[in-house]
Amino acid sequence: MDFDERLCRRDCRPGLAVTIDKRSIAEKAPRPERHVAVVVVGAGAAGVAAAIEAARAGVEVLLIDENPVDNDMMAMDVPLYFGQRMQPSVRNRALMMERVVETNPALAEAHEAGVDVQLGTYVWGAFVNGPTVRELPGPMLGLADDRRSWLVGYDRLIVAAGARDVAMGFPGWERAGAMGANGAVSLLTRYRALGSQRMVIVGSGDLGLRTAALALESGVAVAGIVEVANTVRGDEAIARSLAGRGVPLYIAHTIREARGRVGEIDSVVLVQVDESLKPVAGSEREIACDTVCLALGLAPNVELLHLVGARLAFDSALGGWIPELNDQMQTSVPTVFAAGDCTGVHDAMLADPEIARTQGRLAGIAAAQSLGAATPPKIPLPHRGRGQGEGAVHAYWRTWLQSLLHAGGWEVNICQCEEVTRRELVDVKPPRYLKWESPQMEARSLDTMLRDGPVNQDQIKRLTRAGMGPCQSRRCREQVGLLLAQAAATSIDRIPLPSFRPPIRPLPMNVLWPTDEPAAMREDWVSWFGIPTQFSPHWEAGMAIAEPTAQTRLILSDE
Amino acid sequence: MEQRKGAAVVIIGGGVTGLSAGWWLARSGVDVLVLEKNIVGWEASGRNGGGATHVYSPFGLEEQRLWPQMDELLGYPTEHQPYRIGVALSEAQLALARRWAEIGETRGFKWELLDRRQLKELVPIVGDNAIGGTYLHFGGHANPQRTVQAYAWALQDHGGRILQHTTVTGLTTRGGRVTAVETTQGTFGADTVIIAAGPQTGLFADMLGVFLPLAPARVEMIATEPLPLMRHGGVAGNGLYGRQTLRGNLVYGGGPHEWINVPDMAAPDHPNTPLVRNLARRLAELLPGAAHLRVIRAWGGVAENTPDGLPVIDRLSSPDNVILATMSSVGFGLSPAAGKGISELVMHGRCLFADLSALALSRFADTPPDWRERAGWISTSASVAETAARGSR
Repeated sequence: MDFDERLCRRDCRPGLAVTIDKRSIAEKAPRPERHVAVVVVGAGAAGVAAAIEAARAGVEVLLIDENPVDNDMMAMDVPLYFGQRMQPSVRNRALMMERVVETNPALAEAHEAGVDVQLGTYVWGAFVNGPTVRELPGPMLGLADDRRSWLVGYDRLIVAAGARDVAMGFPGWERAGAMGANGAVSLLTRYRALGSQRMVIVGSGDLGLRTAALALESGVAVAGIVEVANTVRGDEAIARSLAGRGVPLYIAHTIREARGRVGEIDSVVLVQVDESLKPVAGSEREIACDTVCLALGLAPNVELLHLVGARLAFDSALGGWIPELNDQMQTSVPTVFAAGDCTGVHDAMLADPEIARTQGRLAGIAAAQSLGAATPPKIPLPHRGRGQGEGAVHAYWRTWLQSLLHAGGWEVNICQCEEVTRRELVDVKPPRYLKWESPQMEARSLDTMLRDGPVNQDQIKRLTRAGMGPCQSRRCREQVGLLLAQAAATSIDRIPLPSFRPPIRPLPMNVLWPTDEPAAMREDWVSWFGIPTQFSPHWEAGMAIAEPTAQTRLILSDE
Repeated sequence: MEQRKGAAVVIIGGGVTGLSAGWWLARSGVDVLVLEKNIVGWEASGRNGGGATHVYSPFGLEEQRLWPQMDELLGYPTEHQPYRIGVALSEAQLALARRWAEIGETRGFKWELLDRRQLKELVPIVGDNAIGGTYLHFGGHANPQRTVQAYAWALQDHGGRILQHTTVTGLTTRGGRVTAVETTQGTFGADTVIIAAGPQTGLFADMLGVFLPLAPARVEMIATEPLPLMRHGGVAGNGLYGRQTLRGNLVYGGGPHEWINVPDMAAPDHPNTPLVRNLARRLAELLPGAAHLRVIRAWGGVAENTPDGLPVIDRLSSPDNVILATMSSVGFGLSPAAGKGISELVMHGRCLFADLSALALSRFADTPPDWRERAGWISTSASVAETAARGSR
């Protein structure tokens, strides 16, 4: 047989030195519609500072921020845990845009400095060449607004994506009104649209205390601050001031449940815990509130950094997985820098935005310098310390999880999107909708899986579906990891980082789809390789090597 | 290297083909050990479209016979669902869908041609752009992640062993036979070795001086948020393969692949490209009633192909106790039957239920070493030879 001819008949392009498989991505990889020297993701303190410094150094800068986030996204608790406590005004995009600009004066400064500022723009992906992707014309980001998506290429990327709330479930946490402190702060400040009259705050670290103070200033009653530990964790002065304003502090307490009308929180039941974190009988106390604000701590938003292949390391004092950085805020990927809360978050950063700002300035200068911009003045290295030495936040989160387990039991959903309970997670049960029962399945659990290898959150996710829903595991990632670690008698830093997949914002197909699809993409598109013999009856003698039949030609041209 | 407890049959690769073969062997009482470099089903076996409609294969009839029984046979859920619906947006697409149906018909299966109205009754979210379709009363789909784990667990339930996080580094040959498999966790004696290592199958063949032409490629899929269940989840067309899962998510792939080189697979980060946008467009065209659904994840995987796209399931003549098993990128759906066939090759010297002569390695006896370059099945920015040299141990 003439092997050469058999393979190339369909694909060879005359006149080309190299044979190209037309069904492959070669020569038709998607191209960005725009290229910018520096793209900064996130217009918080760090991101804006980075953008301004880079622009002042004479480099073209695009600063992207997703705020104002559209209402549908907020309703999915993306990007923050908004807990359905948005006022209807968040639907007014023009008004929200106004507020986002107005409440972030540094944006105007960035604009003055020549930064191209794009608000209301999601970053849903980062695409870079690597060992198994070689055809991209260069590194690029996937962007989108409410209507369409597009691609922007970059020379340098500065990620200042912030941090999100860490959530822990309790009976009733599916109800509207269970939300995160970062979500509450965002609604209070950036949007001025928090739909809450009376909240109970869970966690007495600086995050909880500052959120309480902000709530009071904004006219939201704070019906109590709950702390599982024996003392207030955060700044004593703020705690005293809150106590002076009549905010009760419930020390050594946890949440038993949230109650209310259908789908709503009308009250929360607290219970005192003993030294072994178990509920003290008869100590229940029901407090009227419409919101339970979880201020347990923050996790750095490292999704984009993960997608570009930046090396991440676990540091509990800084919130968990964070990028490895050199003293120029440069990640292990030389074209990618990071600054602000996404590089690790601790209490001092809440108190002093100057820390994030300094990190941002440094990243902006370093990125510009790496592109050959003039050397700007030196600035001191930012403080990227260990908070106030309170050590591992995960130990604190574990304490909360323990108390919530004792008070609320194992039948609480750990994953709301997919309705997976704590018990179903550690028993590695198939999802309820399969209605599957068998003695074999009954005999399987996390314990039996551990005989075959260390616990892997992605594997458990596939089997139980915990973390597979539309919120993209924002509400359950940490509690799933902690519970699995506990059940596996290991620590969470020993569990491999569960993967992040694009799109890192859930986007409708009719927004994500390209309107700029090149002709070749459509013309050459096949479902699977387009090998003529692959889906032909194998038993037809010589089929695998003969001239394709008329019918197999149809398979080739399935357009 | 430490000598560990070997097995009558050592299987290299905990993908769907190796696991199924191991399960069939174990349930026949054969002492089996599966060696997997990572976690079972972690590569293409656990991240594919889940289709189970391959009646053009010699394994096809047995595939169709076995799938409805698999949950019961394994003791674990596979989420297998019967029937397929082909949606056509053009005459050419309809001809393609009919071609698949007609191959089934030649093997005794029923199907119906659907006009647009009939199609819409079965799949309410198709649009007016659909011209018709096919309704196959055969074929189906299953959940790849759940199925690979089911094979692995069922294999263990029958006394077989699986070692994860165990990379095979060499094969000990003595007297014209492979006597042991060397790994990062010690050396395991073996009477028979099955190499079912996906894209790496060719590397192991190479260690034995056997040329198995395989080209790996990266492919991508997307998943949407859930949608209420349709009557049949096995709906595909418009250049996409995929299904609606029992949870309700639409999970689809298709479009351009990227040829890669085996050593590059060492970094298993399963990346995506902006192609996810094009996939979203094809899916929204296929099912316009679902165009508002959100894409919540995408992923990539690596699948290998032989030059003709057909599997190689063959026992080597020398060393004569080795079986090569690659399904050439179409392994999941056929796995119940392919694994059974491979187990029969081990136990009986031949597949009892199908003629596997079309899958013999000998068909590539004349394949030139540079076949990938000639076919254009290469990464255009890195030559196969260069990368091989770089990655060789």
